[in-house]
Amino acid sequence: MEINDKTISKIAHLARLHLEDQEIHQHKDKLNSILNWVEQLKSVDTDNIEPLYHPLDDSIQPVRDDVITEKNNREELLTLSETHKSGLYLVPKVID
Amino acid sequence: MQWESVIGLEVHTQLKTKSKLFSGSPTEYGAMPNTQASIIDLGMPGVLPVLNQKVVEMAIQFGLAVSAKINNRSIFARKNYFYPDLPKGYQISQHDIPIVGTGYLEIENNGAIKKIGITRAHLEEDAGKSIHDLYDNCSAIDLNRAGTPLLEIVSEPDMRSSQEAIIYLKKLHRIVTYLDICDGNLQEGSFRVDANVSIRPVGDTELGTRTELKNINSFKFIEQAIKYEIQRQIKILESNGKVIQETRLYDPVKNETKAMRSKEEAHDYRYFPDPDLLPLEIDKKLLQKCQKNMPELPHDKLERFIKEYKLSKYDASVLTTEKTLADYFENVSNLTSAKSKTVANWIITEFLSYLNKDSVDVTNAPIKAEMLAKLINKIEDKTINGKIAKTVFEKMWNSGKEADAIIKEENLIQLNDDKKLLEIINNILVEHNDKVQDYKNGKIKLFSFFVGQVMKESKGKANPSQVNKLLQGILENS
Amino acid sequence: MHNKNIKEIKQDLINKKYSVKELIQHFIDRIEKYDSKLNAMITFCKQEAIDQSKLITNIDTSTELHGIPLIHKDVICTKNVKTSCGSKMLDNFISPYNATIVDKMQNSGMIMLGKSNMDEFAMGSSTENSFYGVTANPWNLECVSGGSSGGSAALVAARLIPATTGTDTGGSIRQPAGFCGISGIKPTYGRVSRFGLIAYASSLDQAGPMAKSVEDLAYLLNSMAGYDPKDSTSINISVPNYLENLDKKLKGKKLGLPVKLLSDLDSSINQKIQQFIDELKKLGATIVEIDLPNAHLSVPTYYIVAPSECSSNLARFDGIRYGYRHPDPKNITEQYIKSRGYGFGDEVKRRIMLGTYTLSAGYYDAYYLKAQKIRRIIREDYQKAFENVDAVILPTTPTTAFKIGEKIDDPLSMYLSDIYTVGINLAGLPALSLPVGFINELPIGAQIIGKHFAEDTILNIGHQYQLVTDWHKKIPEEFN
Repeated sequence: MEINDKTISKIAHLARLHLEDQEIHQHKDKLNSILNWVEQLKSVDTDNIEPLYHPLDDSIQPVRDDVITEKNNREELLTLSETHKSGLYLVPKVID
Repeated sequence: MQWESVIGLEVHTQLKTKSKLFSGSPTEYGAMPNTQASIIDLGMPGVLPVLNQKVVEMAIQFGLAVSAKINNRSIFARKNYFYPDLPKGYQISQHDIPIVGTGYLEIENNGAIKKIGITRAHLEEDAGKSIHDLYDNCSAIDLNRAGTPLLEIVSEPDMRSSQEAIIYLKKLHRIVTYLDICDGNLQEGSFRVDANVSIRPVGDTELGTRTELKNINSFKFIEQAIKYEIQRQIKILESNGKVIQETRLYDPVKNETKAMRSKEEAHDYRYFPDPDLLPLEIDKKLLQKCQKNMPELPHDKLERFIKEYKLSKYDASVLTTEKTLADYFENVSNLTSAKSKTVANWIITEFLSYLNKDSVDVTNAPIKAEMLAKLINKIEDKTINGKIAKTVFEKMWNSGKEADAIIKEENLIQLNDDKKLLEIINNILVEHNDKVQDYKNGKIKLFSFFVGQVMKESKGKANPSQVNKLLQGILENS
Repeated sequence: MHNKNIKEIKQDLINKKYSVKELIQHFIDRIEKYDSKLNAMITFCKQEAIDQSKLITNIDTSTELHGIPLIHKDVICTKNVKTSCGSKMLDNFISPYNATIVDKMQNSGMIMLGKSNMDEFAMGSSTENSFYGVTANPWNLECVSGGSSGGSAALVAARLIPATTGTDTGGSIRQPAGFCGISGIKPTYGRVSRFGLIAYASSLDQAGPMAKSVEDLAYLLNSMAGYDPKDSTSINISVPNYLENLDKKLKGKKLGLPVKLLSDLDSSINQKIQQFIDELKKLGATIVEIDLPNAHLSVPTYYIVAPSECSSNLARFDGIRYGYRHPDPKNITEQYIKSRGYGFGDEVKRRIMLGTYTLSAGYYDAYYLKAQKIRRIIREDYQKAFENVDAVILPTTPTTAFKIGEKIDDPLSMYLSDIYTVGINLAGLPALSLPVGFINELPIGAQIIGKHFAEDTILNIGHQYQLVTDWHKKIPEEFN
């Protein structure tokens, strides 16, 4: 399955990555060679095999009690952002 | 052509926990922006989610309440999309295997019982809030709500009218509030409804193209929005048009629905199991614990009210429409020696009509249960009579003062003294001697006139049953 | 000082041969003198380390690592210290919190001297993908140090620090350890907390120590390992004292060798592996031939699973709350695509795109789901092998360190340098890499792979080998 420039642009947009024109070509060639190479997996018979999402899949999700453990640390955390005002993060206007 | 509407509902209920779904941040409504957003809620690099046990129990109890299958192994998945109020770039939700599987709710419409299927209910995190109208060129992001636990309850497309939809929603609302897993506040977004609406010719079995109505914040508006949408779709189809599958927003001012600006691309959420979380297992022990701690559901409470308080089915069903009202009734009952029926009457005739008049809910009513109990006790111990009590109730409602204070201030204590009552009665009879003669000649209806006059003379304070007795004695014997 | 192992340094500190302050100053001097040749550091916390060392006047003998200097890989969050992950995206990011392992090692009394260079977001096998430039191999400055924990490996190999941390998603501790001639262990998935590790592929990532010797690894792992309630995937079982098992004899130990898998191994490397095995036999171990019939599938499987997870893990970098933000975006989409397009390097973008594609509608089943099924087959191969053996032996890499620039334009050949390491991550097993010889003056490493949570067994085997060999004591001349 060859992917073309259009598909690359579509994926790049889905992943919110700006690519320069020459990057699109480079990525296309390299991704195609990787995808061709992973094609070998298709020939493996995986009928009746459950996916393994997790190396230790017999363990179960631990839980925590419903208690408040986090304190307000807004002022310090906001300093990590370049764009904030009056305790709010700012982004270019989002139009729905 | 005869059209049939088909409605399915998705309800996001915000679960009433102290802390968030995957972090120990508080969930309280109305805090200053971003003061309840920890490093985990902000999706800082390297942070990880840990599941809140309470949320699991709440979801299980909901499942039990709608006779649903509880999946003993459910999976958290990531729903990937970019939006500024979604800090991680994905929402942790449940996709393939939700915690609650298929169940149902029974609704009653005009005496007929109908089963509405529940497809599933799954746990997920809420997003933050984007504020678009605060600044000219910017949207502002508050992430306090990010990570708050939601239980999304999805129904089958089993409803055939806006009325059925509302009955279903009110019943669902009653269940989640009875379970005490959701505060049920529509305005604050604790109970958010999306409606999928389509129409088809009566008799068809295939579904028509549906539209989705999003985030409508009152039952009344939901009903209006669905009604409007059905009519809009009928108009389109009858003029040979096509309904477009889209999301529409309801404008309550204009009473119409409007298409959201269509997204430039189709969504591709790329769901996959969240590798930061393991499968959630629900063992027998936990199920039994949830079953054991199950709060009383509306139906059981109704039966109990009939049995325990000897109430009529009507009274019991009115009192159990809302859990807060049922609790109010029980609180008052426990604090007074009056008959349950008396308490029920006070709540149904007085309390509820004042609530409606001022459109406030039970928890915000100015007369608390203890205050009403004290008022009723004042009737029981003959301090005031029932009629005066209604005046006192009104004054309590308006001022928030206790019955005692009002009775004292306004000098409303009941007149129980025979001597004083006789004095008033005699004066009245002398004054209306002609009517006394008429009465004796057989116009016995005049008895209530005399009672009325006595009450008036005593400024309503006379003990009515005593007045009856004394008046009867005099009139019979003279 | 810098040639001594942790046990010896500890003894010297107790005997007051030198103070913690002198020890720290010694390594500071070495870093200042030599790091310019390597470019192994991203952040140098010189003054903080000096200040901290001055506070230690008495050595706490109950804490094995009290006063020992340490450098963390820059993928690990360190409070109030820049944590860049080797990326322009996080060049301005001062972490507001400590990773759990940072706290643990600090609580053991270790003193952090800085943060080490790495492939951007731990994606790479050569440290050439760092925003801060490549880290050279101390044995040959024209060669790569390996990756992604190349900085951590080079620092230990050049004796600029006694201990570092690394993370290993597909071989990122073991491969650079092999290339640089040091010891490194990737613990069982779930053994060490991932809280505070900037995630690359969550179901594969695991942090571990890197040091001169296996014995040092045991000291360090004692501090790092253990259940963390902040990490749902960390496993709540007790952790043994890894020092206790080190001295056991290898008599009776059965070691598996996947002979078929090694048939196309370069002959000079094969020879070193044979010598390694011969040595282990002399120590009493028996060698059992095993088969890992699907091992050849592990690299392509890995390159679907890891990019899929990474495409989602790296979605949070949007320039809103932290990190690189493209100046004056015209609209929200431009803020996203330009901040991410210019904030991430080529390899990171490639993997994000690959993973976005393999998870997308219509391709999920063919790629992601298929790969996760094959992952189970790969794990089952190992489980079957472990029915008969205590540990499995593999080379760490198919070649010695390659030249800087040699593979940078050929991602596939770069990916294939992980051929012996990625399967172990897919199966979640513990594995250590240790030096077993030199080819053309470049070190070569071998892996000892254990059952789940059997770190003590592989450390024991590695330590017994190092008691009778001295490959781990070799020092690149330029840095002696």
